Amino acid sequence: MTTPTPDSVLSLTINGEARSVAGPASVAALLDEMGLTGKRLAVERNGEIVPKGLHASTPLADGDRLEIVVAVGGG
Amino acid sequence: MDDLLTIAGKSYSSRLLVGTGKYKDFAQTREAIDASGAQIVTVAIRRTNIGQDPNAPSLLDALPPSQFTYLPNTAGCYTAEDAIRTLRLARELLDDHRLVKLEVLGDPRTLFPNMPETLKAADVLVKEGFQVMVYCADDPIQAKMLEDIGCVAVMPLASLIGSGMGILNPWNVQLVRDAVKVPVLVDAGVGTASDAAIAMELGCDGVLMNTAIALANDPVKMAGAMKKGVEAGREAFLSGRMPKKFYTASPSSPTTGLISS
Repeated sequence: MTTPTPDSVLSLTINGEARSVAGPASVAALLDEMGLTGKRLAVERNGEIVPKGLHASTPLADGDRLEIVVAVGGG
Repeated sequence: MDDLLTIAGKSYSSRLLVGTGKYKDFAQTREAIDASGAQIVTVAIRRTNIGQDPNAPSLLDALPPSQFTYLPNTAGCYTAEDAIRTLRLARELLDDHRLVKLEVLGDPRTLFPNMPETLKAADVLVKEGFQVMVYCADDPIQAKMLEDIGCVAVMPLASLIGSGMGILNPWNVQLVRDAVKVPVLVDAGVGTASDAAIAMELGCDGVLMNTAIALANDPVKMAGAMKKGVEAGREAFLSGRMPKKFYTASPSSPTTGLISS
């Protein structure tokens, strides 16, 4: 697993789309940048769920694949 | 005495569970669900729409999780792995909420359940502490297997999802009902109020529906009808109906005292 390089650009894949963010950045920082702070959601990073309590302390790494999901209408 | 529906140790007064999909907008969703009296609502888990206005209203604003019991589903999952992954995310999303609806589909045209994958997923999920209400075929043998695995409710389809065809095989629904001790809820295929009543008259513990309400010309009115249908069917079941007999020669009026010339 790669470690974040200080003051770098992190190339991420979020919900299947490419997105770059300035590193270093935590999961919480990314959610904030996306306007998602405080929203009820779940985050999966490279296939593993990042619990809400660890969003601020989980650093993103270059090449990370993220899934950010919410509850929507369904039967 | 209250006739409550008890699932995974929690009791509910409503035996009608509804889905939150296919409505015109959130306002109609809320209005219809209020009219239905449902306390348990299903939701789907999907990627957040990146680029959407983060201040746009969400389903949770219209149906606060504090007021309703959410039942996250695995709609769109075709493998046990996907269903398990989806429900783990749902559990995180809803602060360790464990009551879930498991469905593993086998065919995108018919949405018929893939039962081997369903059994596999149920086994893993139960072991992880989920309270699994499982959408399944109307197969009494597999219903018992799902109960043995530890599912808290079995939910046989009455006809295909979204078809509105009603209770096509009431005999199998009864076989499922008789095969297990956990609650049995008809899930899929209900189209109108009489279908819901029939499901309850067969002795089912509840009914789960979405399309029947959302695609009615007047969803709010239909939601009210469904509420009454479920209640009527349940009361009829508890009353113990009269037997059916081809003919009985047994009129309801006295056979003596008839006038004659």
